[in-house]
Formats: sequence, structure tokens, C-alpha cells
Amino acid sequence: MTNPILASYVVPVHPHPLLVPEQNEGWQRLRDAFDEARDHIKECGADLIIIYSTTWPSIIGHQIQADPNPTWTLVDQDFHDLGSMDYSFRIDAEFAEAWNQANHARGLQSRTVAYNGFPIDVGSVVALKLLNPDNAIPAVIVSSNVYANRAETTVLAKSCLDVLQSTGKKAVAVTAMSMSNRMFTEFIEASDDKIHSLKDDEWNRKVLEFLEEGRLEDVAQLSRTIHQQIRVQKVVTFKPMWWLSAMNDNRNDLTGRVLAYEALHGAGGAVVHLDPTSNGMGDKEYDEDDVEVYHGERNVLDAESVDESQASDSVNEHGPALWEPAEGKDAVNTDSAPKPVGLYPHARRVGDLLYLSGVGPRQPGTNAIPGGAIRDGDGNPLEYDIKAQTRAVVENIARILEEAGSSMEKVVDVTSFLVDMDRDFAGYNEVWAETLGHYGPTRTTLAIRALPTPIAVEMKVIAKI
Amino acid sequence: MIGRTMAKGSIVAGCLAPHPPHLVYAENPPQNEPTSEGGWEQLRWGYERLRESLSKIDHDVLVILSPHWQTYVGTHFLGLPHFEGLSVDPIFPNLFRYSYDLNIDVELSKAIHDKAADAGLAVKMMENPDFRVDYGTITTGHMVNPAFDKPLVVISSNRSRHYYSVEVMQEMMMELGRVTRDAILESGKKAVVLASNSLSHRHFTTESDVPEDMSKEHITSHAMHLWDMRIIEYMRTGQAQRIIDEMPEFTEQAIAESDGGGLTWLLSTLTVPSYPAILHGYGTIIGTGNAIVEWPCYAHEEV
Repeated sequence: MTNPILASYVVPVHPHPLLVPEQNEGWQRLRDAFDEARDHIKECGADLIIIYSTTWPSIIGHQIQADPNPTWTLVDQDFHDLGSMDYSFRIDAEFAEAWNQANHARGLQSRTVAYNGFPIDVGSVVALKLLNPDNAIPAVIVSSNVYANRAETTVLAKSCLDVLQSTGKKAVAVTAMSMSNRMFTEFIEASDDKIHSLKDDEWNRKVLEFLEEGRLEDVAQLSRTIHQQIRVQKVVTFKPMWWLSAMNDNRNDLTGRVLAYEALHGAGGAVVHLDPTSNGMGDKEYDEDDVEVYHGERNVLDAESVDESQASDSVNEHGPALWEPAEGKDAVNTDSAPKPVGLYPHARRVGDLLYLSGVGPRQPGTNAIPGGAIRDGDGNPLEYDIKAQTRAVVENIARILEEAGSSMEKVVDVTSFLVDMDRDFAGYNEVWAETLGHYGPTRTTLAIRALPTPIAVEMKVIAKI
Repeated sequence: MIGRTMAKGSIVAGCLAPHPPHLVYAENPPQNEPTSEGGWEQLRWGYERLRESLSKIDHDVLVILSPHWQTYVGTHFLGLPHFEGLSVDPIFPNLFRYSYDLNIDVELSKAIHDKAADAGLAVKMMENPDFRVDYGTITTGHMVNPAFDKPLVVISSNRSRHYYSVEVMQEMMMELGRVTRDAILESGKKAVVLASNSLSHRHFTTESDVPEDMSKEHITSHAMHLWDMRIIEYMRTGQAQRIIDEMPEFTEQAIAESDGGGLTWLLSTLTVPSYPAILHGYGTIIGTGNAIVEWPCYAHEEV
């Protein structure tokens, strides 16, 4: 599938370029870079701006802002003498809720927040006020979890991509972050600002050199080293590159440009633009796991629920054995779809038609079931999310179609199977309308007693090639 | 009423008064929007005992150092006479959306600020009227004096531990504590000093559907419990110096909220007391260790 990220930006979190750019030439250059980024974002056709902010720490998993119109006046805790920041933002609350659900489907702890007066963090406020001053594009903001590791942060990005792909939205991804974050611990004149140390400056320039070469995944893999070298050991570590790289499919061949790099009270502030166009250098290798589902110790509070979550992630522990897809002259198979539970291919070409085997929501590679399994290994019923399952079915269908050279637009006929029509039809029907129904295929929906794996929905598809 | 006739300024009590917003949430005060079915009673009863104790000690002002006003460039002081507004906890907004209305003893704040500056510390008065008071200050302020009918001095938490080390943090906080004490003595006022921090500070990363479900509440690990008990025992037996001595190990191994400097500052304002403190309560909140402790200075110091 085509990655829905149209552009990515790294922007600094300090309020100086917003409030007092005129006090220092470097702050003004950062402001000019923000303005250039603003103009590009406005013209790039994005439906959404997604911000991962390091100045919004969270503890209970990740938090996603879901107030449609958060309005307040922010004063920085350190730089309160620079002035106040009034804000009124336009948030895509529907997307925020969907992202939250997608997080749960991939094993993450997360929640949305929508409260009057919620204190939106300084990094997000600066970014949105400067990059999207007239709220022309709706935004989503996600926190930086203080306990999250690389796997969790990577999966956070993938669940965001899930929602972008299921909604067909295109987005700009922004990380609000410092490079080196060591500020002067004393008050300085604006004119005296500089990077805190030569060492911090040299590291910043090396990181920016990587980004200018488009080597985002290399920077992500250096995150722990960068944190040790040029970051004050605050609770929120150098995690944003994990998220941003995963949002860009962990690539190393982006087209990068550093619009500005300056000191902000000693910290390193940079505005960097990463374009998804390949720079032609080829994708350099990377060696960390490409995590699809989070399996961390998120259930420390309630040990009983650990078993449930593990059950939903491992259908082959209590379902039928998985098979390699059947090969054949006209067979179409792909590693991007879940393995069959018998000897058959993912799809078969007949003339200019494509017949898909029944497609469920299991995830390729992990067999995790977005929305959760419908029963545990002992056959006891479990709560599950039919909408997340249906969405995952559609995504698997899209992957098989793409492998065959077809697409969602070319789907002719669909037969859907639900194990609980009364409970699930409405949710299934809602996702259908947002996805396949949009393209107008014929459809038949049947209630059946069971499916081979603990899922609630499966679809049988015929498409043109 | 103890201390009523004293002419010279004094610190009449020093308290460890942690700020988890869960405690306010559990009390269902009219200022807080969310409602609960209670919870964390051991700690709330501890705060009841502290309030009862402080009600018997005449005092003019509460001086709070809060780890949730985090400043990286120096130590800051609220510098306007009145603040009001809505405080929403950015981490637990489901529990804490509190309408606050509080007064500041700007004169005493400025006096501490000036003495700290003279001592070489980087300091600043916060005079922006739009500033939102941090929820740590509000929670501690509420739990100690829910009527907010006494003025506060609010001191930010300088993050020198993160920039340098626990040792540097302690040097700075010991100095800040010393000048805080000097300013209070010179002011002629009677003050209660409050460090608004917990002890061990490893959180659970999930929250039960009913946050006040006490069947889910316990310390995150045995090691955290041992550290908390060790520090509390030093407090109860008048061995504050040992807390200072072991602060680097405690802060690192218990991921303790003493990293914000509040506990060191508190003990310094009390000249590192060798008399026993009163433990009013101990309990865990989302896995972190919290103790409500009072050093009854009036009974042990010449005031």
C-alpha cells in the first residue's frame, strides 16, 4: 500500500520563535523556517497534521487529544516572561478515537482526552500555531509515554497508519522535539544564545547530516546513543525518531532538508523537512525488529487480563494449524496477508477475474486479531470489537488485491460471513460503508455458526484485474 | 494554640505532603469536577491527622515546593498576589479538573527569592497573570488546607538532578532550604513548609476501569517497598542526615520523586532534624509510595 504520509517535519519545542523571534537572529531564522514549512504544508494536500510531542509526557500508555476545539492560554513554565500563548485548535476527534481503537487492536495501552481546559503542551502549541495558523488542516496530537520503549513507539505509528489507510486520509507527520536538549541553567541575554557545548553542537550536526541524507531509520536506530550523548536525562527520552521512522516505513532513502538549526537557550532547535520521495540512494539496511504488535508488560495492574490478551494474539495456539499458501499456475499469494488455515491460495486468477479465498482479520506474521478474539482457548466468550475486525479484513483484502495487480475499485462482488448477526451487523455495516461500500460492489451477508479461527467476520471477494 | 505569642518568625512545622491528584478525586470536593466512590483512605485519613495537627499550630503561611512546576532555568517563585483558574492534570485528566482560587504571600516569596539570588542561585519571580498553577501545588494545598484561607509561597522544582546529578541537586536544595529558613525567620511570620513529593515513584502503566478500585492498588515491587520503609524509618527515628546521605541511591534505585529536590529542601529548612517525625500515613497510589509525615518543629526548636 502507498504510505499516506505526504511530508514529515522535525520542529523545536521552545516558545522563542513564536513569541520573540525578533530578539535573536537565530530565533528569527527558526521562525522563517517554520513559515516555509507552513507554506509547504498548506500546499501539499494533507487532510491531517499529526503531532508527536515530547513535551506532553504520559504514564498510562499514550494519550491522544480528542477535544474538537481545545481553547486556552498557555504560559511556559520556564519562559513565562516571554508572554502568553492563546490557542484555539481544530482537532480531528474522529480520527483520534479511531487511532485509539487501532492502538488497542495492536496491543497498546492508550486513551483519548477531551476535557475543557486540558493543558496542551508547549511543543504542540508552538508547532500548530506556526505550522497551521488558520487551522486550515485538522490536527491530532499524541503524547510521549515515559515508559514506552522502541517497540511500543513503533507500534503506535503503525496503528496510526492503519487508520490513515482505512480512512484514505493523507497526512503530515510532525515531531515536536529538541535535538540536544541541554539548556543553560542560568538566565542569559537573548543575544548571547548559543548551543550549550561544542560536543552537543557536533552531535546535532551529525544527526542533521543523516536527516539531510534522508537516513531517518538510521537516526531512529541511533536514538539510544543520541540520548546518552546529548540529552539531559529527563523522563521523556529521544523517542520521536522511532515514531517518525515507523510513520515513514522505516526508510533510509527519504529526501531531507534542514531548513534551520539554531540554539534555543542552549538547546539545539532544528526545523527539518523529510519528503517521502526517494533520494535515489537506495534503502540502507537496518537491523532492529520490525514490530507489528506490542507484547510488553502492559497489564501489570491486572494479571488476569494478561491471559486474555495473549489468547487474542495467538490464534494458532487454540485454532487450526497454519499452512503455507498453495502454489499453482494462477495462484496469487503474498506475505502481506495472513497464512491460510488449509491448503489453498490467497487468490486465483481466472481470465480477467480474481477469486479470493475467504479473508479474515488476522494480521500477517503475528496472527493477532485486531479488536480481539471472540473466544479464549477454552471456548469461553470474550469481548471484541467488530469494527476493528472488519477494518482489518478490508485491509487484508486490499493487500491481496494489490499483490494481484488489482485494487479496491475493481471489486465486483462480496460475500460476508458473520458469526453473530444481531450483535455485529451494525458495526460491520458501518465500516463497510467507509471502505468497500464506497466502491459499489454487490454484497451478500450471511450468519454462520462459526469460523475456523476465533474471529467474527470473514469476506469472500471477486474482483476484476 | 501553640505558637500564638511568638514574635520572631519561625518554621512551626515541616511536612512531606505528596500530591497525587487521586487523593483530591477520592474526596469529591466541590472544586473538582470528576466524582469517585472514594479510595486511598489510608492516605486520606493520614491527611486528616495532619490537618488536625496543623490546626493546633498557629501559622500564617504555607511554603510549598512542588515537583510539578518543573523549571530547568533556575528556581522560580509565584510572584503575584492571587491566582485562580482551572487546573487539569495532563496525565490523569479523568481524575483531576479542579477550580482553584489561592493567594500568594508575595512579600515572603520575594524575600526568599532575593536571599537565594544573594547566595548565587539562579532565581526568577513568575509574574505572568495567565500562568496556570501546577496541580502538585494545588493538590498538596488542598489536602493540607482545603479552604485555601492561608497564603502560599510556591517554589518551582529546579531539575538540576537531571542536568547534573543528585549530589548537585542536593547542594542547590540545601542552599535553597537555608535561605528559605533565613527569610522566614526574618519575616516575623510563622510558616509551615511542605515538600510535595512521593517517595518511590514507579507507576503502574495501566489504570483499572474504576480508578479507585483498591483491590488493584499495591506497591509496584518489593524493592520499592523496602526503600520506602527504610526512608520512613529514618524519619520516624530522627535520622534525617541519613536520608541526605543516602539520597543518591534512594533517588536512583527507587526512581524517587525526591529527584525534584523537595525532600532535601524540606530537611534543609528544618536544619536536618535529629528529632523524630510523626508518620501520619503511608499508602500507594497507582503503585507509587506516598508518606504523609510531619516534623513538629514547635516542640523541638527554640522559636
